[in-house]
Amino acid sequence: MTRKTVLNETHRALGAKMVDFGGWDMPIHYGSQIDEHHQVRRDAGMFDVSHMTVVDLRGPRVREFLRRLLANSVDRLKVPGKALYSCMLNEQGGVIDDLITYYMDEAFFRLVVNAATRDKDLAWIGAQAQPFGVEVSERADLAMIAVQGPNARERVIGLLREADREVAGRLGRFAAIEVQAADGTPLFLARTGYTGEDGFEVALPEGAAVAFWNALLEAGVKPAGLGARDTLRLEAGMNLYGQDMDETTTPWESGLGWTVALDEGRDFIGRAALEAQQAAGVPRQMIGLVMDEKGVLRHGQKVLAAGGEGEILSGTFSPTLGKAIALARVPAGEPGQVKVDIRGRQMPVRVVKIPFVREGKAQPGVLA
Amino acid sequence: MSSEIPGDLKFLKSHEWARLEGNGRVTVGISDHAQGLLGDLVYVELPNVGDTVEAGAAVAVVESVKAASDVYSPVSGTIVEVNTDLADKPETINEDAYGEGWLFVVEMSDPDQLAELLSPDDYAELIAGEED
Repeated sequence: MTRKTVLNETHRALGAKMVDFGGWDMPIHYGSQIDEHHQVRRDAGMFDVSHMTVVDLRGPRVREFLRRLLANSVDRLKVPGKALYSCMLNEQGGVIDDLITYYMDEAFFRLVVNAATRDKDLAWIGAQAQPFGVEVSERADLAMIAVQGPNARERVIGLLREADREVAGRLGRFAAIEVQAADGTPLFLARTGYTGEDGFEVALPEGAAVAFWNALLEAGVKPAGLGARDTLRLEAGMNLYGQDMDETTTPWESGLGWTVALDEGRDFIGRAALEAQQAAGVPRQMIGLVMDEKGVLRHGQKVLAAGGEGEILSGTFSPTLGKAIALARVPAGEPGQVKVDIRGRQMPVRVVKIPFVREGKAQPGVLA
Repeated sequence: MSSEIPGDLKFLKSHEWARLEGNGRVTVGISDHAQGLLGDLVYVELPNVGDTVEAGAAVAVVESVKAASDVYSPVSGTIVEVNTDLADKPETINEDAYGEGWLFVVEMSDPDQLAELLSPDDYAELIAGEED
């Protein structure tokens, strides 16, 4: 059965084209994906991300549990409100999901995991939590709206009650606070996102979501669909679970080595496998590609590198750059002059550093 | 559907339109419905002038941000013209699918094939059915 977020009717009324996304009926665009993309890069756009799964973890041993569950070190979270991006691995070092952990207090951490992986994530987290006596509860009662873009924070802050505006304005990157909207609606306000722009992700009670969305519209924030979300996150060099990594790939092979903390004495799930792969030599790597020729790089296209064949994981036309960009997995080692097979033609591409775009600007070397 | 389907067009089920120009030549494009399904177009791969094409064979590719889609020729014949303006402005197809967004012109080798194409009414019925 197709699930709907509380904003479903609102999207339809705004003229959204709806598609199935991991079992959810979601807006892909409201007219033009490219316009929505530029709107986020240049001003402020908002996405309904209520399909994402919020999971609250409670109990005196929750930090100890997360030391075991996550490949990144939860001990990097020292101040309440701080957030951490991490992979959750299986024993083979494969990625079950990527997620954000928020440190609320010593007995309460919040996770936000992907929608498409909800069932397996909840089963895995529940099973792993048991020995630690950690209570796992899904917060299906929360809706979530991501407001992103250079003017996004200012627009959201304008909707808060007077007393909370200053603290919200001072909130650091990758941190969250609990505040109230002008009408008293409790908001979980996180300075996080999936676009490479500044902004907030706001979790709030479902019953208040439509009014908050409409207040944002009123404040000049335009709706953006999952289509723009995908081109924005790819320009920002952010991985998409299921496409750029999954249970058959390790973080080393997925450009996510920076999220793995091999801190002294911490026995997280998958660590032994990761260390063994590192010792033996990681066979594959993720690289960023830009194509200067006309055409579009897409998932599944064959990549020819010096070390052998690989494939495009996420590929798209980058509206900011006006060129095709991609994340590709290829054999380890110097990739050399890389080519991509597009309908039988071998097109030259350039290997560039990821991200491609940050805060509205092409990164050095990307446009050559 | 908001946009009118011009009465002088014939269609393939795969959403290509054909307009008989009266000199044995047929102009081909994709329907307004098809451009709507694809979303913002960013790249068009056209055949070469002089290519021989078969009815029902893929001869061009239109790519949106979302997907690449083959374009089939409604008739057999020889390509005599392609819309080179689309190389720099593929979004023309989004803006004017039945006019400036045309893709190529075929000189027909078998004009009887036109009779096998859908009328505007049949095509309108087809896409109305798709939306249910």
